[in-house]
Amino acid sequence: MSNLAVLPILIPLLSGIIAALMNRKQRAVRVFSTIMMLVNLGVTAYIGWYVYQNGPVILETGGWKAPYGIILVGDMLAILLVITTNIIGLACVIFAPKSLSEKQESFYFYTFFFMLISGVSGAFLTGDLFNLFVFFEVLLMASYGLITLGGEKVQFKESIKYVLINLFSSILFVTVVSFLYSVVGTVNMAQIAERVQDVEQKGILTTIGILLFFVFATKAAVFPLYYWLPKSYVVPNPVVSALFGALLTKVGIYSILRMFTIIFVHEVDLTHQLFLWLAALTMVFGVVGALSTNNIKLIVTYNIIPAVGFMLMGIGIFTEVSIAGTVYYLLHDMVVKGALFLLVGAIAYLAGTSDLRKMHGLIHHYPVIGWLFFIACITLAGIPPFSGFIGKILLLKGGLAQDQIFIVIIGLITSLLILFSMIRIFIQGFWGEKDESFQPDKPKARAFAWPIGFLVFFSVFLGVGAEFVYPIVDEISNTLLDPSIYIESVLKE
Amino acid sequence: MEIVTSILSGILFATGIYNLLQRQLLRIIIGTALMSHGAHLFILTMGKLKRGKPPIIVEGVENYVDPLPQALILTSIVISFGVTSFLLVLAYRAARLNGTDNMEELRGNENE
Repeated sequence: MSNLAVLPILIPLLSGIIAALMNRKQRAVRVFSTIMMLVNLGVTAYIGWYVYQNGPVILETGGWKAPYGIILVGDMLAILLVITTNIIGLACVIFAPKSLSEKQESFYFYTFFFMLISGVSGAFLTGDLFNLFVFFEVLLMASYGLITLGGEKVQFKESIKYVLINLFSSILFVTVVSFLYSVVGTVNMAQIAERVQDVEQKGILTTIGILLFFVFATKAAVFPLYYWLPKSYVVPNPVVSALFGALLTKVGIYSILRMFTIIFVHEVDLTHQLFLWLAALTMVFGVVGALSTNNIKLIVTYNIIPAVGFMLMGIGIFTEVSIAGTVYYLLHDMVVKGALFLLVGAIAYLAGTSDLRKMHGLIHHYPVIGWLFFIACITLAGIPPFSGFIGKILLLKGGLAQDQIFIVIIGLITSLLILFSMIRIFIQGFWGEKDESFQPDKPKARAFAWPIGFLVFFSVFLGVGAEFVYPIVDEISNTLLDPSIYIESVLKE
Repeated sequence: MEIVTSILSGILFATGIYNLLQRQLLRIIIGTALMSHGAHLFILTMGKLKRGKPPIIVEGVENYVDPLPQALILTSIVISFGVTSFLLVLAYRAARLNGTDNMEELRGNENE
């Protein structure tokens, strides 16, 4: 038992409340938010180091022993994701004052932002299925606030659909949790895993597993449940899009990863085969969407979907290598999607339009932004030695080892098409004749470049520094494939 | 007793989904409210219904009601209350700004 596990949830929560109280003084709020994000990043990094040394940190709230009370489990996977969340949060909080209007900021942007970080961290850390629902609601409520921030016509149009689809899947989530409770008599994930193991996952449990998958697949935007995503991620401010694109879908994927590596692992033929098909369809449809549009924001948004497909593919193949690939890809994708969303936000602001046909020759005016975008592009597409490559090579290796040639080919083609769809922005937007009449906004570009550079640095580090990261990821995938480690660490006598 | 409440919760779900498929915003919101009621009733049913029994275990009490579903419902009700009120405000603002509360007309935007 250790109180460390609650800090990544508590610090942003309190900071959000304090930020709301001093809302009148915007400049103070900015400084305060940045400092608190730095503090939070430091604390989570310390917890990560502590977990690396001593094994998972577990907090039994209120002193109630594991199966009875609400517990928070900070194992290596959860903590790594929380650290990544905070890195993205820090970049966004630095980026925010430059891209948000004064009015948007004064409508409690920082409060919603901290609530979102708190909810996401909570969802990663919780060891209790019902609490996962509660933290989902916390982050969704914050995202409802953020998506309507600014109050434009289009935002209202899209946010209604976003709220409705999430509300529906939340209701389904509660229903499924109560189904599961009536069958296994507990909501503690470790204990559910133990009991499912005992009864060897009969038909009803597989049904519940698939229903849970549909709930998380809606959040993660897996085919065919992705249709709500593109437009609702385009309408808010770039900072908000970056937070959504980097964090929200990844919470869904993380939940699928947890559920289907710890709890529902006894009917692999059925469930994980389904995942492979869905992963293939998700990749294809996502990348077709990305190729179909000329709106640069929409191109990046559509690129979330094939990434989800890649991660699902790793879970579907279900070997040590492929799970390691999923975890690596998850970390990589969070960072690079955050960077890309900030980048297209910056480009759209600097060029004055988000229509690809109307921009050209930007590299003459904004070289730094251009090259950052180029690096982010090839990182996303997985050109060695950047981070997308390592995740992908692990996934493809896992697929080949299991003779899943079909999905491997689809994955390779999708990677090429992702590269094509992204590089199109670079070629059409940045190359070309210098437009002399264009009035560049250099100071703004420089201000934008800092937080983006910070994220791009981390994504490059994930690739070049694979030597440091890979052993940790490998260990995570070992623990994920052996549910008894998780069960024992939580339910130890 | 469980059968009756199960059917009731099923009816709530059905009417909720019927309302969700309508075009008028207010009807959709009523649909989601009905569905969350159905879900709450469902949680209660899943914890086995017993009347007149305490939800606590003390010495001497052998027949008790499972307290966990009640705790879950309480949390879930609070959340759905908050979301519904938010949705009502959102729908009001959206209808005012776009000049319509018809979902068909709320589709699509420029620059796609």
